[in-house]
Amino acid sequence: MFQPSPWRADFPAISALQRQHQTYLDSAATTQKPQALLDALNHYYSHGAANVHRAQHLPGALATQAFEGSRDKVAAWINAAQARQIVFTHGATSALNLLAYGLEWRFEAGDEIAVSALEHHANLLPWQQLAQRRNLKLVVLPVNQLGRIDLDQALQLIGPRTRLLAVSQLSNVLGTWQPLEPLLSHARAQGALTVVDGAQGVVHGRHDVQQLGCDFYVFSGHKLYGPEGVGVLYGRESALALLRHWQFGGEMVQQADYQSASFRPAPLGFEAGTPPIGAVIGLGAALDYLASLDADAIGRHEAALHQSLLRGLAEREGIRVLGAPQAALASFVIEGVHNADIAHLLTEQGVAVRAGHHCAMPLLKGLGLEGAIRVSLGLYSDGDDVQRFFEALDQGLELLR
Amino acid sequence: MSLPSQASQALESFTQARGWEQRARLLMQWGERLEPLADSEKTEANRVHGCESLVWLVARQQDGGWQFKASSDARLLRGLLAMLLVRVQGLASDELSALDLREWFTQLGLERQLSPSRSNGLHAVLQRMAELQRQAQ
Ligand SMILES: Cc1ncc(COP(=O)(O)O)c(C=O)c1O
Repeated sequence: MFQPSPWRADFPAISALQRQHQTYLDSAATTQKPQALLDALNHYYSHGAANVHRAQHLPGALATQAFEGSRDKVAAWINAAQARQIVFTHGATSALNLLAYGLEWRFEAGDEIAVSALEHHANLLPWQQLAQRRNLKLVVLPVNQLGRIDLDQALQLIGPRTRLLAVSQLSNVLGTWQPLEPLLSHARAQGALTVVDGAQGVVHGRHDVQQLGCDFYVFSGHKLYGPEGVGVLYGRESALALLRHWQFGGEMVQQADYQSASFRPAPLGFEAGTPPIGAVIGLGAALDYLASLDADAIGRHEAALHQSLLRGLAEREGIRVLGAPQAALASFVIEGVHNADIAHLLTEQGVAVRAGHHCAMPLLKGLGLEGAIRVSLGLYSDGDDVQRFFEALDQGLELLR
Repeated sequence: MSLPSQASQALESFTQARGWEQRARLLMQWGERLEPLADSEKTEANRVHGCESLVWLVARQQDGGWQFKASSDARLLRGLLAMLLVRVQGLASDELSALDLREWFTQLGLERQLSPSRSNGLHAVLQRMAELQRQAQ
């Protein structure tokens, strides 16, 4: 099972973790960072930090240039038509909250919001709370055995009362791609706005938001080999125009008086206060790095590793994989064994995986589970990582049984 | 303050344990010896939140000393709970609050199990214990 990653050496933390005898298989939670990102942060902070969009001075101009350069890179990465369709937030969670507040005025009691049963809390709770504030109905689209939104049922449930559909692209628990195209086109035909949570999806393969045809697409920098503290909200121009301002402060304002003010349109109108400048620049550097790689080779590498992961799980007795994972990760439980016990023993052996509800409590409850173990891969993961995980798993199970 | 006899026994076996496997085995053995909780004690009020596993902690004061019972649905966590209880069982409030439990788990070589990021919830159990004690004062 020798599957080396040609990109592993670009990530200094991987060898540092290795020296600490840690095998990192939790990339769906957050990724390690490429040297190119560390260099960009180092450059920015050691050559003169400055606030953006405010100062006339040279450091301010350079910081603004780098900051806006990242906006162009993000736009290019997901093929947004214009850089001004990219709003920087603090993460996927804050982008989704921005939407749930910014669109609140459009809802009236009795309107419906549709989400799927497999959403991360970040793409469930903002809508659930909006529904409570406005007396809306939150419609939950069921998920089938394979871990994909049940299309037949979903198309029935999304109707003329549906004002908004919010679904993830790739499930962070099941590793399944969701049937976005039919869902989004149906929702649009019903007059609903569409929101895609790309937090996991954006990390695997290249995605084109224009082709997807969604109104909004969100993701976090830190899962895409970038820094924490920065997230992205893409919006179709007509959809961005629907957003009401939600956080108020510096830089988002056009004219301010003591008693009233007027605000800028997107993107700056939704970036109140000093943005995470270093993180935005770092995200740009991470995207430059990713863009320099052979995307097909990454796809093949990740698919091959994912296959060995699934094969290894299938070979072992008593393991139940949740859904039918298609990419990046697999979650599982073991008959007669508490997942906390397995997690404990994997941790003891230096294997870093995730145990628990993965911020999708309703999904796990629906599967009749308290929790599960999730193994997730990044482009730097290799065959040895997967093998070490299985060795540790076997050792742990032997001890427990 | 001398160690309760079960605690010195535990300390001895853990300091002799080599490697994670022996430590895990010991934890499971000690966990088996935990006095089981009655179903009537596995109530929501006795649940310790902040753990990924189900954990219950029952505490009462008797003759000036604390009596604890604890359990979990996870085996290794039961072991950790056992290690906690052997150290604190029967202590008076002032003894309990003077006790450095982090030090105790460090002596056992189990200090990493106390990290707040660990989903096993031992950290949450200790916090709950301290809270119960504060309420009793
Ligand atoms: C599918 C999905 N959506 C949203 C999020 C939230 O991302 P963040 O915590 O970076 O805001 C995550 C992170 O785990 C995720 O996996």
